[in-house]
Amino acid sequence: MKNLISITDLDVKEIEELIILADKIMKNPVAYSQKCQGKKLATLFFEPSTRTRLSFEAAMYELGGNVIGFSESNSSSAAKGESVADTVKVISYYADIIAMRHPKEGAPLVGAMSASVPIINAGDGGHNHPTQTLTDLFTIYREKGGFDNLTIGLCGDLKFGRTVHSLILALARYKNVKFILISPWELTIPDYIKHEVLKKYNIEYVETSDLVSVMNALDILYMTRVQRERFFNEADYIRLKDSYVLTPNKLENAKKDLSILHPLPRVNEISVEIDRDSRACYFKQAQNGKYIRMALILKLLEVE
Amino acid sequence: MIITPIKDGIVLDHIKAGNAMEIYNILNLGELECSVAIIKNADSVKMGKKDVLKIDKMIDIDLNILAFIDAGITVNIIKDGKLLKRRHLELPEIVKNVLKCKNPRCITSTEQELQHIFKLTDKENRIYRCIYCETKAKINKKR
Ligand SMILES: [Zn+2]
Repeated sequence: MKNLISITDLDVKEIEELIILADKIMKNPVAYSQKCQGKKLATLFFEPSTRTRLSFEAAMYELGGNVIGFSESNSSSAAKGESVADTVKVISYYADIIAMRHPKEGAPLVGAMSASVPIINAGDGGHNHPTQTLTDLFTIYREKGGFDNLTIGLCGDLKFGRTVHSLILALARYKNVKFILISPWELTIPDYIKHEVLKKYNIEYVETSDLVSVMNALDILYMTRVQRERFFNEADYIRLKDSYVLTPNKLENAKKDLSILHPLPRVNEISVEIDRDSRACYFKQAQNGKYIRMALILKLLEVE
Repeated sequence: MIITPIKDGIVLDHIKAGNAMEIYNILNLGELECSVAIIKNADSVKMGKKDVLKIDKMIDIDLNILAFIDAGITVNIIKDGKLLKRRHLELPEIVKNVLKCKNPRCITSTEQELQHIFKLTDKENRIYRCIYCETKAKINKKR
């Protein structure tokens, strides 16, 4: 493992190793608190994402390392002239590892092609965000103890939701995984995911627009935001938005051990009353994100 | 139609009807000083109609690019008026700088220096994807 650009860069075994390491760190953080002493992480955020950046920075600090970097407040200033390749080449002399976010798809790959240190893709436009997927996988692992035989409901914007696409790609490799895809028809999963992943690997899946009717089948419910700007007209948005807001009454038939995930930030798609429900995992998920990033940094730096 | 047989050169046969001009352009055949014959809509037992390109000179042809555009083409190498070699094409794994990625969100859209590289991701359906953004290459010349 030299870089992490797409979740598909990692095979099942590498993902398992990361998860096991993250779990160990979580149980005994002190043992890892000096592992990256004298090392620097550069966070190159060509577009802002405070949440992701802080998660990386916290991860590096908790490993005893240091952080340098920048965060551009608007993407146009990233286009001052220097190419991604040049920027990354230069930063390679200043840091031991780079976490890079960029509004353009594929920019971290371009970075990886010219960097002399490991590159982590911290999100490239609407394309990949592999540390989010690792966070999701780690959370599922912690809640369910593994990935086989799970029925996973993905709800909301399945068309543009990259976290959903990557999660399907990652989970498709496990045994007897079923997907229930819940979305308005305007936002159903793209055909290429159906053809090149679900059908190709013979994975059982159901598409529906009704969350309540499938609730009792779910082991995992992964909620995403349905954004206003994805709809052609306001009326459709207003008509549909409440169907994809999780409220306590919609959970009536849900399993007792359901796990509710959300990549955060949430706007209103999960009502705050659910935060008190023991099945809500989204805040734990954010915490898990830090530990899986710690594990990733250790692996890429070959410290562990 | 009669076209003088070539002595030393290359005949690209079984080009899907309508593709000859594109291949002529991509291989820059217009820059050659030798004679190049473009035969369009020739009758073909196998294909109904086909295009043929005859190049009256032994030149280097990038077979990868050729295969990428139309993998059904047969390449005949002619020496002293006789068929020396006949080659069938195989889909290349990687295609560099033949197509441009059309995705406006792709890094190649803002960084002009980058090579446009496409990778074969599905051999059966001839699907190539941009290595940066994974957008599917648009090739309409299916056969
Ligand atoms: Zn592209």
